[in-house]
Formats: sequence, C-alpha cells, structure tokens
Amino acid sequence: MKNKMIMQATDLSIVFGGLRAVDKFSFELYQNELVGLIGPNGAGKTTVFNMLTGIYTPTEGEISYWDERSRIHSVGKKQPAVLNKVGIARTFQNIRLFNSLSVIDNVKVALHAHRKANIFDVLLRTKKFRSDEGMIEEKAMQLLSLFKIADKKNELAKNLPYGEQRKLEIVRALAARPQVLFLDEPAAGMNPQETEELMELIAFIRKEFDLTILLIEHDMKLVMGICERLIVLDYGKIIARGLPEEIKKDPQVIKAYLGEEALEHVESE
Amino acid sequence: MQNTKMFNKKMIFPLLVSLFLLIIPTILIKFTIIDAYFAQIITLAAINAIMAISVNIICGFTGQLSLGQASFMAIGAYMSIFLTENLGLPMGLSIIFAGFCAALVGFLIGFPTLKLRGDYLAIVTLGFGEIIKVILMNFKSITGGANGKRFVDPAAIRFTLNPEVSFFVIVFFLIVIVVLFQNFIRSSFGRAILAVREDEIAANSNGIGVFKYKMTGFIIASFVAGIGGALYAPFIGFIKPEMASFNRSIEYLIFVVLGGMGSITGSVVAAFTLTSLQEFLRFLQDYRLLVYPLILIFVMLYKPDGLLGTREFSFIKTEKRLFAFFKKVRVKNEK
Repeated sequence: MKNKMIMQATDLSIVFGGLRAVDKFSFELYQNELVGLIGPNGAGKTTVFNMLTGIYTPTEGEISYWDERSRIHSVGKKQPAVLNKVGIARTFQNIRLFNSLSVIDNVKVALHAHRKANIFDVLLRTKKFRSDEGMIEEKAMQLLSLFKIADKKNELAKNLPYGEQRKLEIVRALAARPQVLFLDEPAAGMNPQETEELMELIAFIRKEFDLTILLIEHDMKLVMGICERLIVLDYGKIIARGLPEEIKKDPQVIKAYLGEEALEHVESE
Repeated sequence: MQNTKMFNKKMIFPLLVSLFLLIIPTILIKFTIIDAYFAQIITLAAINAIMAISVNIICGFTGQLSLGQASFMAIGAYMSIFLTENLGLPMGLSIIFAGFCAALVGFLIGFPTLKLRGDYLAIVTLGFGEIIKVILMNFKSITGGANGKRFVDPAAIRFTLNPEVSFFVIVFFLIVIVVLFQNFIRSSFGRAILAVREDEIAANSNGIGVFKYKMTGFIIASFVAGIGGALYAPFIGFIKPEMASFNRSIEYLIFVVLGGMGSITGSVVAAFTLTSLQEFLRFLQDYRLLVYPLILIFVMLYKPDGLLGTREFSFIKTEKRLFAFFKKVRVKNEK
C-alpha cells in the first residue's frame, strides 16, 4: 500500500532560449519515500529541482504539492520563500551558506518564520521579543547539538571545513521543519569515507524528522545504497524509472552513462 | 537565563557612556570651552555619521548599492522647512515627519526597482538624485529655486544660533538611531536582511521574502537619511538644491567604505575622523583634496574591508576587558 501523495508533476517542460532543458517530466512523490534523481552531467537534474522548489517557473506543465494539512499548492506560481513555509526545503549543488554569518545565525535565519514579535517589539526589546529570541536560540542549539556542530556555533560559516558546510546547509534546511527535503548532490566533492558518513546522516535524518527526501546524486554507491526508487534523466527526458536493481540493468541507462559500445559489451557477456 | 526586566545591568554602562558623550560636550560648548567653530565641526560630523549610517544600512547591511542617499537627505531637509513654515507644525514633529516623507519616497523608488536582482538600484538612485535636484531648482514657489531656502522659523533660528542646542539634539538623534538600529539588526528581522545580502537565492529558499526585506532595508535607510537632512536644515539654516547632488552621495559612501561596510561603529568613526580632517587640513588649501583620495587608496590597499570590517564596538566586551585589566593591576600591586 502506498502512502499519501505529496507532490505530483505532470509534463513539466522548460525552455531556455532555444534549448529545451527539461522535456515532459512527470513524477509523483509519496510521503516518507527516499527517491533518487540521477543522470549524466547536463541532463537537467538541477533544473528539475529548481522547478520543483519554485526557483524556475516551468514553461509548460503543472506541479501540485500537498502540505501537512493536505492543502494543495501550485508550485509554479509561488516564490521559494512561500513554499518553504508550507514545507519544502532544499540544499544546493554548490553550497550556498550565508558565508559571513555565524553557524548559529545561519540556522536562525531559517527559523525566522517562527517569530511572534513584530518590528516594534524588536526596536524596543519588549518581553515578547526576548522570549522570541530565546525560543529561536534554543531551537537552533537543539539542531546544532543533534548534528554535533554545536561547539562551532560562533564560527563564521565560510571558515567551516567543506564537509561541515554541507552538513550545516542540511541543518539549515531542516530548521524550517519541512515535510519534503530536496538534496542537490549532497556528496559532491566528498571522499568515500565522507560519503559513507553522509549516507548514515541521511538515514538518521529520515528517521529523526520523518521526512520525504528527493536527492540528486552522481555517486552510484550512495544512490544504490539508500534510495528506494530511482528516476533517470538524460537530455532532459526521463529514460528510466524503478527500483535500483532494475535501473542497474536497464540498457538505456547503461547507454546514457557508458556509451553504445559498453552496451554491446554488457549484452555479449 | 532570560532577563525579564526592561532595564538590566548590561544596559547601565552603555547608558552612562552615551549620556556622558551627550552632556559633557554640550556643557563645554555652552560655556565656550569648546568654541563655536569646533562645535560646528563635531555637530556636522554627527550629521555626516547619521548619513553614513543610512548609506551603510542599504549598502553594507542589505547589500544593495544606492548612489542617491543625499537626495533623500535633501527631501528630509526641504520637507522639514515646508512642514514647519507652511503647515505650522512644531519643528521637532516636522523633523520626524520629514523622515517619514523620505521613507515614503524610498518605498516608491524601491517598489519597482528592488524586484530585480543586481545593481539596478544604483542606476535608479543615481538618476533619482538628479531628478530631485532639478525639481528643487524649478519648484520656486516652495523650494526657492536655485537660490536655496532659508529656515526662518523662530525655533529653527534658535537651533542655528545656539551651537549647544544643535549639538545636543543632533547627537541625541544619532544615539537613538544607533541604538534602535542595533536592536533591529540583532533580531530575527536583522538576520533576514543580512541573509538577503549574503545570498538572495539561499535566503529565498529558506523562507525569507527577498523583496520584502530589501524594501525594509531601503525604507529604513531612506528614513534615516530624511532625518539627517531634517536636522541639517535648521543646523545650517540655509539649504540649496545642490544638497541632492551625486557628489554628496558619494562622499557618504566613502565614509562607509572607509569605516567598513556592515559596521555602524566604523561609519560613525569614519564620519567623525574625516569630517574633522577636512577642517584641520585647511592650511593645505586646495591640496587637502589630495589627502582624501590618498587615505582612501591606502585603506583599500591595506584594509580592503574598511577600518573595522563588519566588526562592532561592544560595551560588554570592553567592560569585561576593563575588569580583567584592573584585576591584573591589582594583583600586581599586591605582589
């Protein structure tokens, strides 16, 4: 039995100038799934992500999203900031932290929606403002401790080592308590050991936060290891979808990744 | 851990220091221990500091380049005269309202411009400054045209002629602006604005309405510039359309770049230092104009982030350091 559907995209296409970057992309996302979106470089994976999180407006097609209270939202018509408030959070392929803010402030920014104080409370430092700040501080610290970077809370984000920057970006995305998390190549630039740790981290996040995750990845080991379902993209089109085991043997996927000859080689074996 | 009292211990020290900075010079000016010439320089420096803060709010904190803050200052200055003389408001009230007028104009300029990503605001504010100048020159019935306008309200004249009054009021406004802005920037709203400066796309994806917070930053900056202008008008007593010129805007931008983008302390320090420097270098006559760019070049070479970077003077840290120092001295003496 399948869980509740939380996102559905039908026939998404986006055109940049004369280039059809993504062509008729359709998919459904169900609650608590972990789905991988893979494909060779330039296949349009990040473009799909940008459409699903509201950064790009698709040229054609519809994206519907159901939030935790089952209200329906049309993704293409909303700003990322609005979508974030109803439960869509993401990270970026080339880490986008608030570099000259401290680690804890990076997380606190994402907790902005939790404030109750208005601008006059802030200017006059009323009781409401102080309790607000206390609450935000506490929530941010909880998250940082959970991911074991609490001891670095006052460091500037840009001074963190690479692996921890990735981690901080995920923590920041989780601060908004999203229903669905989009991870854009979380293992990019990591060594095998760090990738291993990341797999554990993703598993941990899923358990702890009860999340639906869609991730883009190049690292096949990571993808095959944790994803329940895969979607393969090439030249903006979906060429295969299914269980990791099926995808591994799919001739179209092998062709896209390794070329025509490799396919002949595999078939002859 | 939460402080529930409105005034807590932490605030006593800053309060005393600000009162000291406000009252002692006022008394010294009153009894002409500080002469009128020097009083004029430090009061002008305080106005420049307010203007530098305004530029810093939009350029250093919100991350949007504005090249026309002087035009908001001019709006504030002309509005304060208009509201006092033509509408008969008391001067104190018209200073505040002049700030709101500048903020409203900021809203109207920002609304179409800040939706775009990039440096469009710089171009628009640049053009806006020239438009304001032309309007002020041609609207003779209200603005006095190219000859400028005198502030002849009795309250304003008292303000112009008594250096201790203008010093007290202007520095008081400066302190209030610094305190309120510090409260703002250290809040959730402040972090939202900083996030927009750091990375618009990331801020947007983390629930920060980018346009809304760029607007907030710009409106606050316009308001502060309006207040700066509204204080300048009665202080000098006479204003001209050249106030809105591009050169003036750039001058304030230089204060900010030198002091450090994103540091209020830096802006205030730079405004006071450079304003006094201009006066003390008068013996060089026209050559003093060479010193200015030289300072700028050296600071950019050796301290590209400005004198203070994004650091701020902190009372709490200074207090701790002072205590630690006294303790050390006492231990030494006991030995």
